[in-house]
Amino acid sequence: MLKIQNCHAEIDNKTILRGINLDIKPGEVHAIMGPNGSGKSTLANVLAGRGSYTLTQGSIRYLDQDLLELSPEQRAQAGLFLAFQYPVEIPGVSNVYLLKASLNAIRKARGEKELDAMDFLALVKEKLKLVEMDQDFLYRSVNEGFSGGEKKRNEILQMALLEPKLAVLDETDSGLDIDALKIVSNGVNRLRSPQRSMILITHYQRLLDYIKPDYVHILAGGKIIRSGDFTLAQTLEKDGYATILQEESVA
Amino acid sequence: MTDAALDKLLQQDYQHGFVSDIESDTLPCGLSESVIRTISAKKNEPEFLLEWRLKAYRHWLTLSEPHWADYMHYPAIDYQAISYYSAPKVKKQLKSLDEVDPELLRTYNKLGIPLKEQEFLAGVAVDAVFDSISVATTFKEKLRGMGILFCSFSEAVQEYPELVKKYLGTVVPPQDNFFACLNSAVFTDGSFCYIPKGVRCPMELSTYFRINAANTGQFERTLIIADEGSTVSYLEGCTAPQRDENQLHAAVVELVALDNATIKYSTVQNWYPGDKEGKGGIYNFVTKRGHCRGVNSKISWTQVETGSAITWKYPSVILQGDHSTGEFYSVAVANHKQQADTGTKMIHIGKNTKSTILSKGISAGSGQNTYRGLVRIAPSAENSRNYTQCDSLLIGDRCTAHTFPSIETKNQTAQVEHEASASKISDDQLFYCQQRGIATEDALSLIVNGFCKAVFKELPMEFAVEAQKLLGVSLEGSIG
Repeated sequence: MLKIQNCHAEIDNKTILRGINLDIKPGEVHAIMGPNGSGKSTLANVLAGRGSYTLTQGSIRYLDQDLLELSPEQRAQAGLFLAFQYPVEIPGVSNVYLLKASLNAIRKARGEKELDAMDFLALVKEKLKLVEMDQDFLYRSVNEGFSGGEKKRNEILQMALLEPKLAVLDETDSGLDIDALKIVSNGVNRLRSPQRSMILITHYQRLLDYIKPDYVHILAGGKIIRSGDFTLAQTLEKDGYATILQEESVA
Repeated sequence: MTDAALDKLLQQDYQHGFVSDIESDTLPCGLSESVIRTISAKKNEPEFLLEWRLKAYRHWLTLSEPHWADYMHYPAIDYQAISYYSAPKVKKQLKSLDEVDPELLRTYNKLGIPLKEQEFLAGVAVDAVFDSISVATTFKEKLRGMGILFCSFSEAVQEYPELVKKYLGTVVPPQDNFFACLNSAVFTDGSFCYIPKGVRCPMELSTYFRINAANTGQFERTLIIADEGSTVSYLEGCTAPQRDENQLHAAVVELVALDNATIKYSTVQNWYPGDKEGKGGIYNFVTKRGHCRGVNSKISWTQVETGSAITWKYPSVILQGDHSTGEFYSVAVANHKQQADTGTKMIHIGKNTKSTILSKGISAGSGQNTYRGLVRIAPSAENSRNYTQCDSLLIGDRCTAHTFPSIETKNQTAQVEHEASASKISDDQLFYCQQRGIATEDALSLIVNGFCKAVFKELPMEFAVEAQKLLGVSLEGSIG
């Protein structure tokens, strides 16, 4: 599904990623954990195609295409989804309007027929149940006046609607209380499938109690310093980043 | 239209197509008293109107062109190089849309204009079962049956001179400003509308139904009178880009609302803004004013201005009647080298008057957008209230937005609120949409429409849909 090889990336002439290697197969859930400033969000933004980041070395292949050849919207249309850490507000644009525009843009790119308002509304009502949200939520402006929990649930709602092949969840658990975390995690788990891969980016092991990953990678100083299965997260929780960094002689 | 009426229309034999008689005379360039007498004579105007024109002209000679907006740059206008009377032109008839500039067609398609209308607009010989004249005639007859007078200004001068004489110049006197004065001397045509007491006009009146609507005159004069208890919604303009050899457009629009009457005036303007260097575009210097003469009267202006090289207009409301209301909703776009200086004046004179101003300015390219607003509360205006919100959106880093709000209150019971914001389209917002599969141009359109939503909400529905598309078209190429 995704193959990152020796990826070096910078922003404002500052190198953040220093040789990332990652191989993700369909159906797998990978967690990427790391201390602040390790490059987790950079990785997410590089995958999504944020213009301010430049790849200085290495390659990224997605579904056997060169990902870097594609614009952000093309990547989205090819099934790549990023759940933002800080979802931005778009005043005056209703949620339902953006959702419909987005789904139809992706369907059109895939050669599928666009949905009309009625079919779309029926579909979105189904997906709302997944994140336990009310219908009137659709008519508010995108993320405007949303609580932290609502913003993150909105991201998962979009993921449910757009049915991506590769979903990158950038610190989806940050700013969530325990109840919101359960709802979001539940939603994500219901979206797991053998055809869908996920990258969970997080600081804390807590999210991984709810969404059990197949693999865990620890990112520090722009490199993946250790990889393992989900027990690695428990080790990290017990020992802390400092110990592991020392063990890997990165500190 | 009822099914019966529609059937009748469809069964009519096709009448003559849309061709007006070709008059062979056009006045040579230049302005003088004799030119004005000629214009008045050609139009067979009554004496009072000729005198009115001449008085305005003599006053105009004493005025000098205003240059207080000194940041605005345009080549000097030579008033002697304009021809002040030319017969309605017969547009060169093309055989099909294939002969039309493909760029123009692309714009029509983006605006969602139906094919038959595209042909009409582009000057293709229309082979329609029913044409604009028949449709217009049918509607006008229906309106006439209700006592509603809706016709061209020239026709009104012939048919209803007493009404014209009673109201003309009572809202915008010729002495008001340089361009209004010139207009008063040389105006050729425009719209006239009178709604009788207690009548609610059943349909939106549109300039489209005026004969020769597509040929907008240089110096248009419009007069709308809503008698006691009446209501009317009037639409001016169209989204289709319009070119004109005449650069200067100095129209005057006067609205009069008597007791308990309401006038809603909506404008969508997309005149030629000039080439990428800003050359050749139209100057839109128009004076629009509404007089809430009666108690409990209401006048609303809603405008979407995306065209013209220079837009200079301040649709205003004089709130004289007690409990009267004035509203101004505006979206003004300045892209490439366009300059827009627009806003409103709300003059509170009566008691318990209310005004609302919502102005959205969008600047892109090297465009300059200025909001100039005046809220004046006279000593007599007890308990008046005003709310003003003025928002600017900047796209790119070469455009500008200026705001000159002015508030003068001479009555302590007045409540005046003013909010302003300036923002840029954020990269974050664009990227969010892109990451959801939406292409950059569409994302921009989405975000900008969100910004303008509060104003679009005030437009009659048919205009609102067109306005959204128009915004997308006028901001093409402003990102990336």
